[in-house]
Amino acid sequence: MAKSEIRVGGLGGQGVILLGHIIGKAASIYDGKHATLIQAFGPEARGSACSAQVTVSDEPIGYPYVKNPDYLVIMSPDAYTQFAPQLKPTGTLLYESELITVDDRLPAGVRALGIPATRFAEELGRRLVLNIVMVGFFAGVTGLLSREAMETAVRGSVPKGTEELNLRAFRKGYEYGVELVGAATVAS
Amino acid sequence: MHADPKGVLTGIHFIDGDHAACEGALAAGCRFVAGYPITPSTEVVERFASRIPLVGGVFIQMEDEIASSIAILGGAWAGKKVMTVTSGPGLSLMMEHIGLAVITETPCVIVDVQRGGPSTGLPTLPAQADMMQVKWGSHGDYEIIALSPNSPQECFDLMIKAFNLAETYRVPVFFMMDEVVGHMTERVAIPAPEAIDIVDRKWTTKKPGEYQVYMPGEDQVPEMVKAGDGYRIHVTGLTHDERGYPAMNPVAQDKLVKRLIGKIRDHREEIVDVREDGVEGADIVVVSFGITSRVAQAAVEQARTRGVKVGHLRLVITWPFPVTRITQLAESAKAFVVPELNMGQMVLEVERAVAGRAAVISIGHAGGTVHEPITILNRIMEAAQ
Repeated sequence: MAKSEIRVGGLGGQGVILLGHIIGKAASIYDGKHATLIQAFGPEARGSACSAQVTVSDEPIGYPYVKNPDYLVIMSPDAYTQFAPQLKPTGTLLYESELITVDDRLPAGVRALGIPATRFAEELGRRLVLNIVMVGFFAGVTGLLSREAMETAVRGSVPKGTEELNLRAFRKGYEYGVELVGAATVAS
Repeated sequence: MHADPKGVLTGIHFIDGDHAACEGALAAGCRFVAGYPITPSTEVVERFASRIPLVGGVFIQMEDEIASSIAILGGAWAGKKVMTVTSGPGLSLMMEHIGLAVITETPCVIVDVQRGGPSTGLPTLPAQADMMQVKWGSHGDYEIIALSPNSPQECFDLMIKAFNLAETYRVPVFFMMDEVVGHMTERVAIPAPEAIDIVDRKWTTKKPGEYQVYMPGEDQVPEMVKAGDGYRIHVTGLTHDERGYPAMNPVAQDKLVKRLIGKIRDHREEIVDVREDGVEGADIVVVSFGITSRVAQAAVEQARTRGVKVGHLRLVITWPFPVTRITQLAESAKAFVVPELNMGQMVLEVERAVAGRAAVISIGHAGGTVHEPITILNRIMEAAQ
């Protein structure tokens, strides 16, 4: 891996920035890579469009912004509309499949993988852990960073007392991702 | 001396530049901050306010930036290492007290997380357009020191240097961040306290009665005392003599202003800090600072793959400006390319140092985002023709 660019998009309050933060932290502290996180948000505390840009690289990172991501992690229809056209043709879309419908905005060649993350989060007992299900899904699908690094970053980034719940959310997303990618490989 | 362990959060962190700057200040021994929140600098004081009760010190949210900038001067004369934190509109309000800090030789650090201007401008988006304001914004003749970090790690490391310079030269030191560096999150390694060198205040050893508050040492910097130590001192914004008393005549003015300027200019070669990459013998030298240096480095590397002999000189300390080094490089370089997130400020200093011996190409930008590396690459390629 030389350099991977990741965009995370959703609504304020969904944990978009934390999702990007965990990926960056796993890469730069626990997996020996370089990572830069840039965040963009509106003035509202909740409900506005919100996105994080994460660059993960083996080399030091110069230009910090993500223009055309390799990976797009999406948790709201608006974020899909805004960011889907920017994906690299070789890129991967990871989306919340019960909130977002994939359409022809997606560049040709993009691999689109959905997960009912909100439902999974609710089944785990807290809808709030939707973003951590998506973190796990990202880790399982991409294999970009080690599972250990990702789990350590999750544990160290969530509020004290919620570590176990969040790790269950991570593992749910991770296992779903690994299975989905495995099934896709068989199908092709 | 080494850092006070109470203020040092030793370890590996994934934090943004604003938070890292705060940790740098705490590690440097800053124990008093007065500030008024303003995007994109607020996280610095937010973190300071939450950390300082555990470390031992005071944060005051003041009524405005005018009050903030005078409160820190009081804090310094009470014996603390002090800082205020702001962005462009707040910095404009602080200008009078920056002059007061200069003439009273009060060590302080002023953080400016630059955003687009003029006026309210672009609160959440970057610029590097306050570079001349910090050098010239307050009235009268003076010199200051300014540093330009380009990453969260440097926000930590250079903040310690900023405090050390403020104490060494008893001068306001500006910490010129920008919105991108402030809000960018990266790995930040905070060393053990014993690995952090701290410059203590230049306290006097003289007794009350022998001590004169503005009697300079050989380095042109006077020794300091703090309120409550039993010294009768007078500190004023008026032109003053060595005793600190007003002396409003041309002789005293000449002596004071020349010393205030001399203590920086005469130490310029010790203060300047540039990072060089392949500038020796380069045809083209890119001069940059802050966040723009990271974009410029990407362009420099691309130009090299196209066979251009291009070097990169990054200003870690922007004021004082490294005149001597640029003058040397102008002997052999064909052109200097100066990208910055303003419409041409530090390029004026490059022009002054180059003095017509090479081409100087300004790549201005109105702010709101950073340059595209391709923009800088194209100008390097043009200059190389």
